[in-house]
Amino acid sequence: MTAEAGRPAEPVEDLLRRCAPRVLAALVRRYRDFDTAEDAVQEALLAAATQWPAQGIPDSPVGWLITVASRRLADHLRSEHAGRLREEHVFSRLTPDDQFAPAADAPPETDDTPILLLLCCHPSLTSAAQIALTLRAVGGLTTAEIARAFLIPDTTMAQRISRAKQRIRAEGATFRLPPEHELAQRLHAVLHVLYLIFNEGYTATSGPSLTRTDLTGEAIRLTRMVHRARPDDGEVAGLLALMLLTEGRRPARTRPDGSLVPLAEQDRSRWNQESIRDGRTLITRTLSHARVGPYQLQAAIAAVHSEAAEADQTDWPQIVQLYRLLDDAAPNPVVTLGRAVAVAMVHGPHTGLELLEPLRADARLARYHRLPAVRAHLLEMAGDHSAALDSYRLAARLTTSLPEQRYLHSRAARLAGNDRDG
Amino acid sequence: MKYLLLIYSNPENWEHPIFLHSPEFLAMSAEDRAALSDQSDTLHREIAESGELVVASALADPLTTRTVRVRDGVAATTDGPYVEIKEQLAGYLVVDCDSPDRAAEIAARIPDARFGGVEVRPIMGMSGQEM
Repeated sequence: MTAEAGRPAEPVEDLLRRCAPRVLAALVRRYRDFDTAEDAVQEALLAAATQWPAQGIPDSPVGWLITVASRRLADHLRSEHAGRLREEHVFSRLTPDDQFAPAADAPPETDDTPILLLLCCHPSLTSAAQIALTLRAVGGLTTAEIARAFLIPDTTMAQRISRAKQRIRAEGATFRLPPEHELAQRLHAVLHVLYLIFNEGYTATSGPSLTRTDLTGEAIRLTRMVHRARPDDGEVAGLLALMLLTEGRRPARTRPDGSLVPLAEQDRSRWNQESIRDGRTLITRTLSHARVGPYQLQAAIAAVHSEAAEADQTDWPQIVQLYRLLDDAAPNPVVTLGRAVAVAMVHGPHTGLELLEPLRADARLARYHRLPAVRAHLLEMAGDHSAALDSYRLAARLTTSLPEQRYLHSRAARLAGNDRDG
Repeated sequence: MKYLLLIYSNPENWEHPIFLHSPEFLAMSAEDRAALSDQSDTLHREIAESGELVVASALADPLTTRTVRVRDGVAATTDGPYVEIKEQLAGYLVVDCDSPDRAAEIAARIPDARFGGVEVRPIMGMSGQEM
């Protein structure tokens, strides 16, 4: 464990956030009380953040944090109104093994981060609560940072987190891996939460977002953690690869004014090649041995895009094949939209538009902006500018994203012969 | 995804919670009135506990409204709401939900939806996807 102290270059803040889930896992495993343990860990992190820069980083940062957090936890339990009762309650839940187990401040041998994530993404919570709890308990972000990232008042976010913890306690959730038949589904929920966190931070725009926490970076860090703990899980690796490949395009996907640049028009020399290479290596390796799943297929599609030096060199036939597999593995209208674009690039816009026809009658998509956005794009390709214009305008009215709305209006303006970008 | 739920009412007396003073409510049986009050309490507890409730506020009587218009650089303030209609904005909630259907479900359980109406408006966000 002293290896962690042997990296003086790492900022204290990063070190703390890396230690946070292991410290919390150790406490929850020992004391069972997730709610109180989480508060105690936050206090220990705060103490370290103020003491370490001045006094130096201890030999075993995790051990130090566990000791301090355990003390705080004991203080909390004592200070509670029904303190004595509560302590008895906690200790009655300890198994005899626990009472003779090594001291709680001995750094844990195993990485319990996945169990912690499963707990934070408990099915009884809404996804907003799962996201908040994951960022705080596993990501080690402060409530204020999470509140800023989601543009929500601090007090509201604090309440959301505290209710989520209470709910987990009320559900009687335990700190151990769920039975095998539940595990896959529960792990899928964790990946979905990480995916949502990634998407939330995916648009880098100027202005107010400059103060936003880097949610995509945080999602990648957490997914890496899960991948380290479950290296053989193909979907975990697939999600990580998808994030790395998508993140690699970030420098090219917005203009300085924050407006979106579509994939076909991006300056590919501005892509982050290291991130893309890592993502491509990971997905190539994963596809060769794991059972294929939706995240892997999405990563594979992103990898094919990343291999083209210019947009017109894209291997569209291969992308069509991958979308066909994705449509079989996880059929949903969003996949059909992507597939229609790929099909249009291989067989022409009319074939793509035909694929979209059944979706137009789908009530679930009646207010979904992506359908008219894709139709507009294909209609424009087909030379039907008047229908494309209507479709772009409809999509612009339906989206609830400001950057997307700006992009769709600019496409419409370009078609109307009134190019805003001049 | 965040939604703004706008509660419109046509109150005789502007006193919150407004639905308690609506003539339709007062005409209901004591049992039904109690059930509707419970429905309101349950809803608020539920969305607070689920973390979906971001903020909720009751608005003052439209009598206290001032509407400000600036024309040719000159601000003119008039007393009263922007549009004089029978149903006025009585309060609002901001909720953070997984789907528009969930936002509509919450709106339907606000008692004022029975006597006036609740408008559900998505709040624009900064996250977007390249196309």
